[in-house]
Amino acid sequence: MSDVTDTSTPERPAQLPAQSPPVDPAETAAAEQRAAGRLSWWRGEGGEGARRNLWLIGVLVALIVIGIVTRPDLYGNSSWVWSNILVILKLASVVGVVSVGMTFVIIGGGIDLSVGAIVALSGVWATTVATQSYGAGGMIFCALAVGLGVGLVNGLLISYGRLVPFIATLAMLVAARGLAAELSDKQTQVSNNTTINDIASTNLLGIPLLVYILAAVVIAGWVLLNRTTFGRRTVAVGGNPEAARLAGIDVKRHTLLLYALSGLCCGIAAIMLTAQATSAQAAMANLYELDAIAAVIIGGTLLSGGRGTIIGSLLGVIIFSTITNLFAINGLTTEAQNMVKGGIIVAAVLVQQLQFRSLTQFLGRNRLTTN
Amino acid sequence: MTEREEGVVTEREASPTGGGAQGGSVDAPLLEAPADTVAGEVVLRLTDVVKTFPGVRALDGVQLEVRAGEVHCLLGQNGAGKSTLIKVLSGVHQPDSGQVEWRGEPVTFANPQAAMRAGIATIYQELDLVEDLSVAENAFLGHEPRRFGFVRRGQMARRTRQILGRLGHAEIPPNRMVRSLPAAGKQVVSMARALSHEARLIIMDEPSAVLAHDEVGNLFRIIRELTAQGIAVIYISHRLEEIREIGDRVTVLKDGGTTAANLPARDTPTRELVNRMTGRTIEYVFPERPTGTGAAEADLLVVEGLTRAGEFADVSLRVRPGEVVGIAGLVGSGRSELLETIYGARRAEAGTVRMAGRVLRAGSVGAAVRAGMGMAPEERKSQALLLGEPIYRNVTLATFARYARAGFTDVGRERAEADRIADSLELRPRDVRRPVRTLSGGNQQKVVVGRWLLGDTKLLLLDEPTRGVDVGARAELYQVIRSLAEQGVGVLLVSSEVPEVLGLADRVLVMREGRVVREAPAGELDENTVLDLVMAGSLMEGAAA
Repeated sequence: MSDVTDTSTPERPAQLPAQSPPVDPAETAAAEQRAAGRLSWWRGEGGEGARRNLWLIGVLVALIVIGIVTRPDLYGNSSWVWSNILVILKLASVVGVVSVGMTFVIIGGGIDLSVGAIVALSGVWATTVATQSYGAGGMIFCALAVGLGVGLVNGLLISYGRLVPFIATLAMLVAARGLAAELSDKQTQVSNNTTINDIASTNLLGIPLLVYILAAVVIAGWVLLNRTTFGRRTVAVGGNPEAARLAGIDVKRHTLLLYALSGLCCGIAAIMLTAQATSAQAAMANLYELDAIAAVIIGGTLLSGGRGTIIGSLLGVIIFSTITNLFAINGLTTEAQNMVKGGIIVAAVLVQQLQFRSLTQFLGRNRLTTN
Repeated sequence: MTEREEGVVTEREASPTGGGAQGGSVDAPLLEAPADTVAGEVVLRLTDVVKTFPGVRALDGVQLEVRAGEVHCLLGQNGAGKSTLIKVLSGVHQPDSGQVEWRGEPVTFANPQAAMRAGIATIYQELDLVEDLSVAENAFLGHEPRRFGFVRRGQMARRTRQILGRLGHAEIPPNRMVRSLPAAGKQVVSMARALSHEARLIIMDEPSAVLAHDEVGNLFRIIRELTAQGIAVIYISHRLEEIREIGDRVTVLKDGGTTAANLPARDTPTRELVNRMTGRTIEYVFPERPTGTGAAEADLLVVEGLTRAGEFADVSLRVRPGEVVGIAGLVGSGRSELLETIYGARRAEAGTVRMAGRVLRAGSVGAAVRAGMGMAPEERKSQALLLGEPIYRNVTLATFARYARAGFTDVGRERAEADRIADSLELRPRDVRRPVRTLSGGNQQKVVVGRWLLGDTKLLLLDEPTRGVDVGARAELYQVIRSLAEQGVGVLLVSSEVPEVLGLADRVLVMREGRVVREAPAGELDENTVLDLVMAGSLMEGAAA
């Protein structure tokens, strides 16, 4: 790619004898102007993320079209359509919150397989008889603290214990579920706290509170990733850890924080899920790690780290819940649904790679001809 | 050794190592030397080979002639084109023009497999063995003896044993894991692989660099075994003494071209070899040095007794504000490791690093950066840049937190600062929103150096700042380094290009085998003296590793 772009600068220093002045300044200025003109927001930074997200919106539209074609009776009813949108968003909310944390971990060059287990452990811990005696505030604090604490342990093992993220979080997956089963004595713990249970049933302005929580977490995640030093460090640590380290960034500490953040998101998700079920048990949030990772990858985040968007992950989660919804309204089994989801993951990543590559080539060619 | 140029080949063929094995009925004529090569016959001839990469003419009319049964040494400074030449011979690159004649016929190797099939094997410095496979599996990797799709393990082991015997290393068990072998043993396995392909030419890229000095003798013994069987060897080394000991003829490369071909390895005076390697055609333009001020200033950086076992030992040096100190040395002399240790990217085992009088915590890059150090590391792409990120974010990678308010980045300020840097460094293209990957090598290096012009860097560590940088951008980088020094920044510079160190630095330290062997003002040294010092590394002194 680089040589393609190189040719756009006719004043390439390679052809210069060492002493000569760097070409005609007027020509340079003109070339720069051309470059600036081509480099619109769409082409430049952020543009790439937006291009990828556009593709995801296309998939979403296609899914809705399939819905309209298969169930025209339902889609003919506008109040049903609106309530169905809310159903899909509500369905997406819990995994969506987990995916925001996962996006940070993956952009930072890691992976967190333990998110489902952390949700379960946080939920179970927050609904023990002892914790429930502290009321809603105590339960929420407990869930967040457990999530954050487990995330910190993950981070410590990975950054300072130098465990491979895959192994450390795989071990945590097993251990956290084990602890959750132990705490709950393998029983389903019913939440008797109406404040907690109301989180799932409350609507504000006709929109479920859960959707507001998802929106708040997504917005906070977006700001954190794109507008703060934390986000900048995340991209640097994931994109080139050695370069980040040699630029004076504390890579280990930052890695620790990334897993803590993921754990915190799991704590939030645990409250949401417990509220929805009005109970918690060790087997809850089963395979959430797969849903979250799949959503993040579909959303265009590089599994090798260094690049990704929160909005992409959100769209990935929404696509998944739309598929679930599509199968539900057509009365199809979850087995078929899982097969289609697997196919979608592969197809999405393949198509994105192709699309990105050909787009780059196309723009590269275009640029040559405009010169 | 001269006798092997006459008919030892036939003697070898009849030797017990060669003929003593059964199983010749299968398909293994490996044991005999390639029957159709005659010692002394020219097997490889390169005429006017040219290879260009964007911005660099890596090979610019190379002539080379290699005979069967000889050890042909390639000599040249870093960047002279040796590695490109090897890659052309081994099929990694294809020449743009010129002719490669292999055993009398013009050839082009489309890929490394083609070169391998034709009988050219290359043993790279970092051996390409699979550590968790056995010796036999490595030797026959990719062309295992098979029947009905099953690997014939017994036959593979037997043939490996024969090859190892032929290399004089029958004691290595073919089923041993390669991981468990010492470096010398791994090298033998690499050669066994070459022989399993019936190679007629083996290219060895600095094979002695990974060996302790008593193992080098063993390597030479193996090389003699090979050449006695009519196999040609291209031997690359920086150590003149080795070339004298093992080599038959020498070809010298400089700036991508052959400056001398087929010199006798034993009798050519060192002075002549060194002259052929230097005496450049490309003149670097170095900025003027300011004269004689600043000597009174206190030391900025004081390094005392810095040691890391196996890398460098007991290094002491000082850098004053506004002074450019150059370290000359070959790859493997410990210079890059030294720089990284001063910077805290490696933890010193002994010794101290002091900045402006205060001792820095060992092994902490953060402490070094806070004390005002900045580093442009050797591997620009893998150690310094976020290639997909915009230029300005790479420029502010070490400083973005300073421009932030309450944790929120100030992109506008960052861009403005990056713009300022881009202007002063004449970055091209100038738009700082472009991804860094679209820049040429020289401009990427400017981004890395520019990173440390922000903030309050007092000492800049530069590791090979002009590697992969074309001539025009080089001159600009030199200018940048000099003007930084004029502003009072101390510079510690590492380069394997001796003229660069001499032209740019005020004071020069010569490193060899992990030690500083000479320190002098740049004016008191010339290129030949430094090259002599750098390359003198005799086998006895090689024990540092």
